[in-house]
Amino acid sequence: MRLRRKRAKLRAYRKHFSLTPVANRTERIRPGDILLFSTLRDEHIRLPYFLRYYRDMGVSHFLIVDNDSTDGGAEYLAQQDDVSLWSTKSSYKRSRFGVDWLNWLQQKYGHDHWTLVVDADEFFVYPFCDTRPIRALTDWLDTSQVKSFGAMLLDMYPKGRIDAVPYQTGQNPLEIAAWFDPGNYVIEKNKFYGNVWIQGGPRARVFFPDAPKKAPALNKTPLVKWDRRYAYESSTHMLLPRGLNLTYDEWGGEKASGILLHAKFLDTFTAKAAEELTRRQHYSASVEYKAYARTVQENPELWCKWSEKYINWRQLEILGLMSKGNWA
Amino acid sequence: MGVGIIMLVHTAFGRAEQVARHWAAAGCPLVIHVDKAVPRKTYDAFVNALSDMPDVRFARRHRCEWGTWGLVAATQDAAKIMLNDFAEVRHVYLASGSCLPLRPVQELIDYLAKRPHTDFIESATTADVPWTMGGLDQERFTLRFPFSWRNQRYLFDKYVALQRVLRFKRKIPNGIVPHMGSQWWCLTRQTLSAILQDPERDTYDRYFSKVWIPDESYFQTLVRQYSRQIESRSLTLSKFDYQGKPHIFYDDHLQLLRRSDCFVARKIWPFADRLYQAFLTDQAGAMNRTEPNPGKIDRIFAKAVERRTRGRPGLYMQSRFPVEGRENGLTCAQYSVFEGFSDLFENFEPWLAKMTGMRVHGHLFAPERAVFSDGQTVMNGALSDSAALRDYNPRAFLASLIWNTRGERQCFQFGPRDKQKIEWEIAKDPNAQISVISGAWAVPLFKSNSNFSDIRREAALLQQVESKHLEVLRSQWTKARVRIWTMAEFIEAPMEPLQTIIDEIGQQNLRGLAEVPRMTDLSGFGQFLQNLKNQGMHPYLMGDFPVEHRLNEPQQNQRKPYLVR
Repeated sequence: MRLRRKRAKLRAYRKHFSLTPVANRTERIRPGDILLFSTLRDEHIRLPYFLRYYRDMGVSHFLIVDNDSTDGGAEYLAQQDDVSLWSTKSSYKRSRFGVDWLNWLQQKYGHDHWTLVVDADEFFVYPFCDTRPIRALTDWLDTSQVKSFGAMLLDMYPKGRIDAVPYQTGQNPLEIAAWFDPGNYVIEKNKFYGNVWIQGGPRARVFFPDAPKKAPALNKTPLVKWDRRYAYESSTHMLLPRGLNLTYDEWGGEKASGILLHAKFLDTFTAKAAEELTRRQHYSASVEYKAYARTVQENPELWCKWSEKYINWRQLEILGLMSKGNWA
Repeated sequence: MGVGIIMLVHTAFGRAEQVARHWAAAGCPLVIHVDKAVPRKTYDAFVNALSDMPDVRFARRHRCEWGTWGLVAATQDAAKIMLNDFAEVRHVYLASGSCLPLRPVQELIDYLAKRPHTDFIESATTADVPWTMGGLDQERFTLRFPFSWRNQRYLFDKYVALQRVLRFKRKIPNGIVPHMGSQWWCLTRQTLSAILQDPERDTYDRYFSKVWIPDESYFQTLVRQYSRQIESRSLTLSKFDYQGKPHIFYDDHLQLLRRSDCFVARKIWPFADRLYQAFLTDQAGAMNRTEPNPGKIDRIFAKAVERRTRGRPGLYMQSRFPVEGRENGLTCAQYSVFEGFSDLFENFEPWLAKMTGMRVHGHLFAPERAVFSDGQTVMNGALSDSAALRDYNPRAFLASLIWNTRGERQCFQFGPRDKQKIEWEIAKDPNAQISVISGAWAVPLFKSNSNFSDIRREAALLQQVESKHLEVLRSQWTKARVRIWTMAEFIEAPMEPLQTIIDEIGQQNLRGLAEVPRMTDLSGFGQFLQNLKNQGMHPYLMGDFPVEHRLNEPQQNQRKPYLVR
């Protein structure tokens, strides 16, 4: 395990040479600030709302790796006062889907900060997020001596065809992709890394009804009180050292947890799936995107009669997708 | 002025200053103790900020790590200053920097003035308190604790274990009886000075400095020696979670706090602007309280602790994934499994749905797909009927189905033709009600139009599967309520078992079954079984069917619908 962690660290070191700073404003980071790390590519249309959502939540600084965007997103980010931007043209896949880059940045700038690692289409929801800023959560985790906070990825989708309603920049994507699968998730424990492995949701239901094993993993640990020795092992699904993966209770109780609302399935998705298919930069030879492209051409509707419309975190809590734990 | 405040501060100095000014504005003198771990610069700034207040003193700084003597020493020093410098103080209130007065300070002053000889301190003997952490109740007074529980947990645990092995025991001085309770108290000058000026104080201090968590026992114990009148409760509202950490109050607790009738609450999140705004500056609003309802706070925090320690039974999710045996309910609600009934009765499923109002599914674990009720392809929770998805984790499938349909009892058919992987999960689940008519799988074969050799092969296979399944149901690990009839037994008097099952489901239908399901025509079934026997197969699970199965007239009897009772 130690060796694996060291290897991840070494990879991060090797891959950091491919990062070019575009706008480094990290000197503005104050002790105790909550930092957001992200890798993205061609997400300009989503960025204004993304930044606003997390600024409102109480994130102080954004550290972003731009992987060769061509849509002007990089220029947009470079102008933001609370964004530090790096760019790279290297392979997303060869950096283990951005993990190496972010591990490096987190090691360098994230030490002793609460760090949130999310993609541009992921919106973090935690208990009481409508009345308490994220600082309340991290303070509480600090006093509880908890170092990592789990948040399952919840795929959101629109009613009707995925490409029926075009997304406008600045708009809340959850207005369009407002629906989710409330109760068809399967969980297994990864004995090696100690994390739970969650699959299911609309992607398993529609894209992988015959090959559930290939369905994407939904467990994530995006919020971590970072230490320079830590490393994400594979995306944000697994962390090293392993103790950080124990975001769940094994003795019948519930630990507090959140949700990452995954607003991936918008009209932008169809084009993106086609592009990713030719780039082949995603997990396991982009098997996911192959399945999407196939299904999306035929019947791009994920909505079904039992889909649930998103209201707020309390709804997710009642449905048993997330938990307040003992935070009250 | 009757009330003096001792304030222990270690963080959030801005808020501490705000609260100190609030106390002082009502005329309460303050002695403030700041943790020695706080940097000099921060400390000086804090002292400076309060320098314009005449009745504020600062005590000598001690290191106040949780659970150590420093907290008591700090309190002692501060109390001494309070008693010496402010002669008019009658009650001393111990508070922290993150405490927030909920009611106007004047109300507290009046309240205490009416009870001039009462000490408000929670103080109970160790045997009577449920909240001790780590199993150390009596032992915290008889062992030594030189290591920090927070930072040197390994040494702490080992040293405790070592002392237990050596049967080491400290003597409790002067036969005092250890008491424990919340560290936030309000004592009278008489009691407090008696404790501080006790000629034996050195003995007690030496003893308590090695006790674990002395701040919850030092004053609580000694007060029993001197107090004239103890009211064993704390005036500070403070809720603890299952690890003994205080719960924190946020802006969204405003209404709750308004309805508590406590004087002071702890602890408040330093950035809870609305709370500080409401209780410190907005006197009119604080006065204008609604009907007090302190029970509500209790319930909310008790529920939070319960959720953290016991969780919601039958729920498997990202932060609740219990190991085997700790699920506290494999599923969240009762459900029924019927085996063989839909083979024997032609309209069993619609009949059952009509009689009981349950959600009646077909064979959920059929090899082709999960047969949901009414032919649906997706069920509650967007649960898919895909066999591959279901078989990928049948246990999760079943738990999800039961969880998703909370409030509506589920029931499904099962049999030897289905995927059997789920059988142990059902058998071990106390929520399952399993009713079996063994051997009924032969009826569809009997009705089928296949070649007899195929039928024979199939029958042998199904019998083997079902007999294994019955072994599971009869095993010692089975916790489900299981009823098994052979088919012969069952058709003797089919209504009695049906009535029993349905009564157990507990629906409102008390008048007996108004309608009976239609049994399939079994004439010739005995001969069919005999044919199987003649082919060398031995069908035994259905019980004894005579070859000439009361061929003609009893048939009439059976076909006639009748009522039990």
